[in-house]
Amino acid sequence: MSLRSPLSRVLGAGSAKEGTDHWWLQRVTAVALVLLGAWFLLALFSIDSWTRAELAAWVGRPSHAVMLLLLSVTLARHSALGVEVVIEDYVHGAGLKVAALILSKFAHVFLGVLAILAILKVALGVTS
Amino acid sequence: MNTEGRPLSPHLTIYRWPISMILSILHRITGVAMSVGLIVFVLWLAAIAFDQASYESLQSTLASVPGRVLLLGWCFAFFLHLANGVRHLIWDTGRLFEKHQADTSAWIVLVAAVLLTAAYWLTIGG
Repeated sequence: MSLRSPLSRVLGAGSAKEGTDHWWLQRVTAVALVLLGAWFLLALFSIDSWTRAELAAWVGRPSHAVMLLLLSVTLARHSALGVEVVIEDYVHGAGLKVAALILSKFAHVFLGVLAILAILKVALGVTS
Repeated sequence: MNTEGRPLSPHLTIYRWPISMILSILHRITGVAMSVGLIVFVLWLAAIAFDQASYESLQSTLASVPGRVLLLGWCFAFFLHLANGVRHLIWDTGRLFEKHQADTSAWIVLVAAVLLTAAYWLTIGG
C-alpha cells in the first residue's frame, strides 16, 4: 500500500516539492551560456581601446546591451544554482549551511540587479 | 549519540585519482572560481556605467601582472567548464557512459580547454 496520494504521484514533484526544476534549469541556463559566453568572448575583439568612454559606447550598442543583459541574468542564475549545490555538499552544520545558502542567494540577486541597472543606464544614455 | 572518532571508510587521500575524478572536481572548482569572477564582471559593468575613478582603478588592477594571471585563470576556467559542461550535457542524453569513454572524453576536455585558452589568450593579445 502506498501512502502517496494520487495527486502527489501525478505531479511527480517528490518530497522537496520542486521536482526536477533545479536540475532542468541548470541545463537550460548552461545551453544558453554556451551561446552567450561565445558571443561575449568574440564581442570583446571589437574593443579597440579599453577606456571607459569606448566601453560605454560598446555596452550601449543595442545589440550588445541586449546580449549583456541576457548574459548577466543567465550567469547569475546559473551561478546561484551551482553555488547552492556546492554549499549543500561542503558546508556542514544546519545553521551555517542555511546562512550560506541565503547569503549566496542574496548576493546573486544583488549582482543580477546591479548588472541590469548598469547596462540599462549606459544603453539608455542616462547621464550621472 | 556520539558521532566523533568513528572509523572511516577509505577516502580521497587513499585513492590514485583517475582522470574522470580530477575533471569532476575541476568542474566545481572552475565553477566557483567563475562565480567569484561574476563579481568582478558586474563591478566592471557598474564602473563603466557609474564611476570614472572606480573604472580606472579596476582597469589598472586587471592590467597588472596579478590581474592578468587572474584573467588568464578565469579564461581557462571558462573553457574547461564549457567543455566539461558539454560533456555533461552529452551524458544527460545517456551517451558515452562507459568507463573508457569517460576517460577519453575527460582527456579531450582537458586538452581542448588548454588549446582554446591558449588560442584565445594569444589572439585577444594577453
